[in-house]
Amino acid sequence: MSEIVTTTAAERPRSLGADAWDVMRRRPLFWVAAVLVVLFVAMAIAPELFTTKDPRSCDLAFSRQLPSAGAIFGYDFQGCDIFARTVYGARASILVGIFTALAAALLGGLLGTLAGYLGGAVDAVLSRIADIFFSIPLLLGAIVVGSVVPLSPNSPLWRCVIQIVLVLVLFGWPNTFRLMRGSVMQVKPNEYVQAARALGANPFRVTTSHIVPNALTPLIVVSTIDLGSYIATEATLSFLGVGLPGTIVSWGRDISAASGIGYIRNAPHMLLFPAAALCLTVLAFIILGEVVRDALDPKLR
Amino acid sequence: MGKYVVRRLLMMIPTFLGATLIIFYLSFALPGDPTAGRCGERPCPASYVEWFRSHYGLDKPFLVQYGIYMGRLLTGDLGTNYYGNTVIHELAIRYPTTLKLAVIAIVAEILIGIGAGILAGIRRGRFIDSLVTISTLVVIAIPVFVLGSLAQMVFGIKLKWFPVTAGDGTWGQLLLPGLVLGSLYVAYVARLTRTNLVENLRADYVRTAYAKGMQPARAIGLHALRNSLLPSITYIGASFGALLGGAIVTERIFNINGVGSLIYRSISQRDGTTLVGAVVVIVVIYMVMTLLVDLLYGLLDPRLRHE
Repeated sequence: MSEIVTTTAAERPRSLGADAWDVMRRRPLFWVAAVLVVLFVAMAIAPELFTTKDPRSCDLAFSRQLPSAGAIFGYDFQGCDIFARTVYGARASILVGIFTALAAALLGGLLGTLAGYLGGAVDAVLSRIADIFFSIPLLLGAIVVGSVVPLSPNSPLWRCVIQIVLVLVLFGWPNTFRLMRGSVMQVKPNEYVQAARALGANPFRVTTSHIVPNALTPLIVVSTIDLGSYIATEATLSFLGVGLPGTIVSWGRDISAASGIGYIRNAPHMLLFPAAALCLTVLAFIILGEVVRDALDPKLR
Repeated sequence: MGKYVVRRLLMMIPTFLGATLIIFYLSFALPGDPTAGRCGERPCPASYVEWFRSHYGLDKPFLVQYGIYMGRLLTGDLGTNYYGNTVIHELAIRYPTTLKLAVIAIVAEILIGIGAGILAGIRRGRFIDSLVTISTLVVIAIPVFVLGSLAQMVFGIKLKWFPVTAGDGTWGQLLLPGLVLGSLYVAYVARLTRTNLVENLRADYVRTAYAKGMQPARAIGLHALRNSLLPSITYIGASFGALLGGAIVTERIFNINGVGSLIYRSISQRDGTTLVGAVVVIVVIYMVMTLLVDLLYGLLDPRLRHE
């Protein structure tokens, strides 16, 4: 509060974003998470930069060999270089995570804003539809849909990613919907919204320039955190055989191929490296989301 | 209160119809032929296929099949699967096992999750706080199937503290799988409890309590904790449905004959009747749990009394 009082007319009042950035950049955790995110996104965009080996050229003679100078992560069951597979596996996981989080935020955010702002019949109908999809556990729904529309091993990467994203969004959007609906309902009765309306702003303008910007913070935070958990869910689906097909290099597939008890016992490095990459990515997005939340929430300062 | 319950029960009807319609449609659309492989190594004769399809009503249009199914469901009949067993029977022999798993997970959420959250919240910024915050993050980041396989390896095979698989479904055998199933939610509950407690410990009413000379234990226990635990209780109740869904993975790792493996098997065997029955029961349990949690919330928080 004191900040606002001391702001003189000459200096511009600082925005919430600038304030948050100031808090964030002083936290080491933010930089750890940001570096990890940049690293894995770079791997997803240009895996060639990180390794010269081909993740698909494998030699059974090297099967399950431990890490060595030639192959720092060792070789998997088929004799493929695990480092190359870990680098190339980033693309599928990150694509699924980013697009699922974005699509769920957009769909849930849009419908949630409508339900929260309009209320009444629109709210009742949208809320009941959300209830329907909410009552079917995400994993269960994704497994059933994945079996109804099985992905063929010949499908290209974008086709598989689109399908998994759609399935996860179908059963994941009620979360973002409920969040945004509640958030909009909280912002709507504020004086500045009433003032905008009294000044003659139409409902569209009231919503887009007064309500949504003030109700958006929880959605951004939860979507960043959820991004990580969607990546983990995709890996779980691949483990159950209804996610990405084996022809696509992905962490989920490699982890599930390595998590048989016999393999964990005799070749733990097969599980360790892809699992570590997956966990670090999930962790980076969760930490990023939490740091952003702490920075945007003045109560926790 | 009574009015509120009736309204909530009425609201459940469209949710239930919608959820069953989706699941029924998906199981109807499962690819593959349920008569394949029923006649040994040769294709089934046309007369048998025709009898099979009319016996199970597969020759009727989708909506008619759904109508017949829902009609039977109202009388408590979940149908008979393609192996001649009633779905009720299939579920009745497996639900106790899966419910035991879920109960172990819920108890862990309450004891470990809330306990760790309170410890971390009270000792904010100390070692125990960092320990809880970091270890819960790690648990959240590791996919449950990796955690399950590792737990099976370390505690089952290397240390021999727990049985490796849980074929008979006794409490002792289910302890480790139940903890694995609940691990993710234990971590979320701990974080949620900690965040709310930290926020409430700074609230004006807690400061007032201290100012009046109240013992710290009483100020925290009576004032801060009571208000901090409400979101955790909602979360634990809501996690019940997700636990039943997550059982598919856990039961597969530990070879448990429960509802999760029944669902998985019914998908791979194109056994739509069993699939729909098992999922319908999960949806009902989930909706009832949500209602109970909301009612409990009203009892615990006078501001939210459902008049």
